[in-house]
Amino acid sequence: MSAPPPAVEAQPKRRSGVRLEWITTPLLIVAALLAWHAYVTEFKVSPFILPRPMAVLEGWADLLRTRSTWWHSWATVYETIAGFACALVAGVIMGAVLGKIPWLERTLNPFIVASQVVPKVALVPLFVVWFGFGPTTKILLAAVLAFFPIFTNTLLGVKSIDLGHRDVMTSLNTTWLQRFRHLELPSALPYILTGMEVGIVLAIIGAVVGEYLGGNQGLGYLLIAKMNAYETDMLFAVLIHLTVIGFIFYLSVGLLRRFLIPWHESVQMERRGR
Amino acid sequence: MTAATTTEIELAGVEKRFSTPEGEVHALARTDLDVRKGEILILLGPSGCGKTTLLRMIGGLLAPSGGELRVGGRKLWDGERRDGVAVQELGIVFQDALLFPWLSIADNIALPLKLRGAPRATREAKAASLTKLVGIQGFERRWPRELSGGMRQRAAIARALSYDPEILLMDEPFGALDAMTRDTMNLELQRIWMETGRTIVLVTHSIAEAVFLGDRIVLLSPRPGRIDTLIDVPFARPRSLALQSTGEFQAIVKQLRARLEAIS
Repeated sequence: MSAPPPAVEAQPKRRSGVRLEWITTPLLIVAALLAWHAYVTEFKVSPFILPRPMAVLEGWADLLRTRSTWWHSWATVYETIAGFACALVAGVIMGAVLGKIPWLERTLNPFIVASQVVPKVALVPLFVVWFGFGPTTKILLAAVLAFFPIFTNTLLGVKSIDLGHRDVMTSLNTTWLQRFRHLELPSALPYILTGMEVGIVLAIIGAVVGEYLGGNQGLGYLLIAKMNAYETDMLFAVLIHLTVIGFIFYLSVGLLRRFLIPWHESVQMERRGR
Repeated sequence: MTAATTTEIELAGVEKRFSTPEGEVHALARTDLDVRKGEILILLGPSGCGKTTLLRMIGGLLAPSGGELRVGGRKLWDGERRDGVAVQELGIVFQDALLFPWLSIADNIALPLKLRGAPRATREAKAASLTKLVGIQGFERRWPRELSGGMRQRAAIARALSYDPEILLMDEPFGALDAMTRDTMNLELQRIWMETGRTIVLVTHSIAEAVFLGDRIVLLSPRPGRIDTLIDVPFARPRSLALQSTGEFQAIVKQLRARLEAIS
């Protein structure tokens, strides 16, 4: 009688061949490298300003072969993950609590806005005074930066729960915990994941900026060291290395999204090839 | 004794006042009403007549400001507090299906059982028999967004029936559907009702739907909401869609429409 469900329609594009971006992305990268190479050789740019792309790639290969690179990478990865984890726990709990208690949110809102607009990087000297040049300072900066997108998105998620869904839960006579487990958490999850996607990138920034300013480990420290040594090609190599690490983090959260909310529009759209 | 056993829902002087910034709104004046066991009772009226307010109070979603409301002989409301046992006898279907998008159709239907701690095997068996009852077998593993509006509403009915409540409360359940699907759903609801023998209280603003489905129709008038007329619908079951074009059917529709125009 009624119309067939819409999602049964055959997935377009996907089967017929490779996805568009699998071709365009490498092509665009190669094109950019060629243009870069042409510019450097044509205008005889000093390698201290802009090294040849091949030199950068060789530098990156060198970097990957060096043991200390992995040690520095691990330091940055550790600070990022630790900071992000703190931000996740604090952001989700605070977002959920303030989302549930409107008067508390109204009371704390001015302070939340104030702490939002403080340039977080300006806190680094203070953190150094309090926690020294060790990893704590960097973890803290990563956490502070990643906290706000996770917190605000969780808050939004908890506040945008469908009133009708609340009625359904009320009619089913649920306990407080059941309501949280079966309605509020799954409702807010897409929002939390969006906050996490922004937060993980900010956590890396926090860790790297923290490493600029103190200590002797991490990829941020390595960047400064290469700058001081006028090894511009290696500077670029570290930059590429950081970008790759950032990508892996970002993709991990994306994977988490597919795994945790397969029902959500954002995941369904991706599956159908946009 | 017979009167007591045949009355499923009992309203005695139930009323509702809302306080708003513009002052107090008298949504529903003191209302007495008995819903008989196993009947389909229709609440019909123009918007603002308090029919949804009345249904929400019966459904345990909104506390009355006064009066006494009994479900299956138990007092449903004690002030703002609901009786947990009485609530178990109520299944509610809303205008939107309100399925949870993160649960499959089967898990949506069986969610009330899960919340009551039923084991997986029981839940799956119940979901299977209910999808069959409401006519959506084969869609158990789909997401709600993959189903059409009519099918989602069928799943919502199945969910409301999952814990075997005695009473099904429906708030304009087919109001969001197109006319043809609506006709089909009216027939389906009649069939489900005949197979399960539940008591149904259904809110609608469609006169034809009211006359087609109802054993009795309560016509409510607005400001404040109160019962204007209560009529019996004499047609035998099962009723077919062809009934709607008969003279007797049209006569009742006409009578109700005239009364509705007079009060709104």
